[in-house]
Amino acid sequence: MKIKTNLDKFIMLKYLVTKLFQSIILALGVLLLAFLMIRMTGDPTSLMLSRNASAEERAAFRASMGFDKPLSVQFINWIRNVFRGDFGNSLHFKESALDLVVQRLPATIKLAGIGLLMAVIIGIPLGFWGGLKSGSIPDTIGRLIALMGQSIPNFWLGLILILIFAQRLGWFPVFGNDEPKAVILPAFVLCLPVMGELLRLTRSAVLEVHNEDFVRTAWSKGLYRRTIYINHILTNVFITLISVIGVEFGYMLGGSIYIETVFSWPGMGQLIGQALGWRDYPLIQTIVIFTSIVVILLNLLTDIIYALLDPRIRYAK
Amino acid sequence: MQNKYTITTSDSLLDLQISLWDKIKRIVRLLWRDRIAIFGLLIFMSVVFAAVFAPWLTPYQPLSQNLYASKLPPAWIKGGSWDHPFGTDNLGRDMFSRIIYGARVSLGVSFVGALIAATIGVFLGSLAAFIGGRVDEIIMAPINLVLSLPYLLFVVFIASVLGRSLINVILIFGVTNSPIFARVTRGEVLRIRQSAYVESAISAGAGWLRILIIHILPNLVGPLVTLISFQISAMIFYESGLGFIGLSVPPTIPSWGNMLAEGRRYLTSYPWLTTFPGLAIMYTSLGMNLLGDWIRDISDPRIRRARR
Repeated sequence: MKIKTNLDKFIMLKYLVTKLFQSIILALGVLLLAFLMIRMTGDPTSLMLSRNASAEERAAFRASMGFDKPLSVQFINWIRNVFRGDFGNSLHFKESALDLVVQRLPATIKLAGIGLLMAVIIGIPLGFWGGLKSGSIPDTIGRLIALMGQSIPNFWLGLILILIFAQRLGWFPVFGNDEPKAVILPAFVLCLPVMGELLRLTRSAVLEVHNEDFVRTAWSKGLYRRTIYINHILTNVFITLISVIGVEFGYMLGGSIYIETVFSWPGMGQLIGQALGWRDYPLIQTIVIFTSIVVILLNLLTDIIYALLDPRIRYAK
Repeated sequence: MQNKYTITTSDSLLDLQISLWDKIKRIVRLLWRDRIAIFGLLIFMSVVFAAVFAPWLTPYQPLSQNLYASKLPPAWIKGGSWDHPFGTDNLGRDMFSRIIYGARVSLGVSFVGALIAATIGVFLGSLAAFIGGRVDEIIMAPINLVLSLPYLLFVVFIASVLGRSLINVILIFGVTNSPIFARVTRGEVLRIRQSAYVESAISAGAGWLRILIIHILPNLVGPLVTLISFQISAMIFYESGLGFIGLSVPPTIPSWGNMLAEGRRYLTSYPWLTTFPGLAIMYTSLGMNLLGDWIRDISDPRIRRARR
C-alpha cells in the first residue's frame, strides 16, 4: 500500500505523467469534437439564425463569426481563443459564455454533490448489508430500490414528486433554489440511478470478497466479526467503489440537464436547456466543453487515488 | 456461503454438440425456474404486441383531435368515461391510443439503434483485437475518447444540431452507442484468445478460421446479447428524455417523450397527461431490465448463480 522506496516513487511518477498526458489528449479531442459538431450540417449560420433572417443579415453574421473562412483557419483561430480563455460570446446574453457557465456552476455542484452524498449514504450500507446476508429482507428491499433506480425515468419521477410533495402536500417549494430544503427533491431524484448502481456494485463486491481465501482464513482464525467486516471486507470493497464514484459524479453533471429543467434549478443544466431553445450554440458548446473537462479531471483524480490505494494498478504496464 | 456460486459446465447454452431443440428446451426450463424472468418476458412481449398490433388495439387514431372531448380525465375518475380509458389530452386526442402507438417509437428507435450500434461496435472491436498494434491504437483512441465524455450532453448537442426526425434519432443512438460495443467486443476477444482452450486448440493445429468460428464467436454471443438488452433499456430512457426536452422525433409522431413534454405544461391541472406516458416508459424499461439480468445470468455458465 505505502510508497517507500525510490523505485516506488519513480513508478508512481511515471504513472502520473502517463495519466496526465492521456488527459490532455482527451481534452484536445473534446475541443475538436465540439468544434466539428456545430459544423455537422455544413453552415452553422442557418443553425443559429432564425429561419426568416434576410440574406444580408446572414452574410453579416457569417462574417462576424468568421464562418466564411476556410475550416482550418476557423479551427486555429478558435483554438487560439480557447487557450486564452475566450470561448466566444453567448448570442442571447451578448456576454462571455464562459462567465455565464462559471456563474451557474455552484448551483449544479451543490445539487450533484448533495445527490452523490445521498447515494453514498443510502446505497453503500444497504448494498453492504445485502451482500453479507443475501436473500434477507433488507437485501430484497435494496435490490428493489436498485431495480427501480434503473427503470424509472428520473425526470418523470421529478414531475410526479413535485405534484405530490410540492403541489398537493406543500412540503417543498415547487421550483428554484431559494430555501435550503428546496434541494432535497431534485437531489433525491438525481441520485436515484446512481444509488441503485452503487448498491448493486457494493453488493456484488461484498459477495465476491466474501469468498476470497483471506476472508475465509480470517474466519477460521476466529477473528471478531467486526474486524473481518471492517478490516478485510470493507477496505477491499472501497477500492472498487472509489473507481466508480468519480464516474457517477460526472454522470450526474450530465443528467442535471433534465432534473434542473424540471425543478427550475438555476444551474448549468437549466442554462443548457434554455440555450437549446434560443439556438445559442456558442453557449451550448461552452457548457459541453466545460462539463467534459470537469469529467476528465474527475477521472484523472480517480485514477490517481486508485493507484495510491492499490499498488497493482501503478505497477501494471 | 461457498455454494452461492456453482460451477456448471454441462448447462452451457452455447455448447455446439447440443441440437437446437434441446437448446430451446433448456432455455424454457431455465426460464421456468426463474419466475422474475418470466415476469420480465411477459412485460416485454406485451409491449411488442402493443407495438405490432397498435392499429387493431386502439379505439381512435393517435392524431385525431376532438376539441369537444378535450382534457377528459381517465375512466375511473369522476367525469371520465370508458370511451377514453386513460382520458384525453389538451387537443382531445385519446391518451390510450397514443400510449399504444408510442410503443412503436420507443421499441423501434431502441431496437434499430441497438442493432446499428452492435454492428458497428463488433466490427471495430474485433478488428482492433485481431490486428492489434497500431490499428488497435487508431481504432480505440476515438472510442476511448467518446466513452470518457458526459454522454447525455453530447447526445443532446448532436440532436439539436441535426434537428428532429426519426432517422436522425435512430442514427444518433446507433453511432453514439457503438463505442461501448467495440470496447466489450475487443476485451472479450482478447480474453478468449488468451484462454487455455484456445491455446491448446492452436497447439493441436487448429487454423485461425476454426478458432474464430468454434471458439471465439460462440463465446461472444452471451456478453453481446446481455449488452444489447441493457442498451435497449437505456435507449428507451434516452429517447424519452430527448422527447421531453423537444429534441426527439417530430411532434406529429406520438412518442412517450413527446407526450411528457406536452403534458408537463398541464402538470397540476391535468396530471394524467404526465402520469401515463411515464408509467409506460417505466413498465417497458422494467421488463427489459429483468430480461437483461436473466440473460446475463444464463449466458455466463462459469459463474451462473444458483437459483434460490
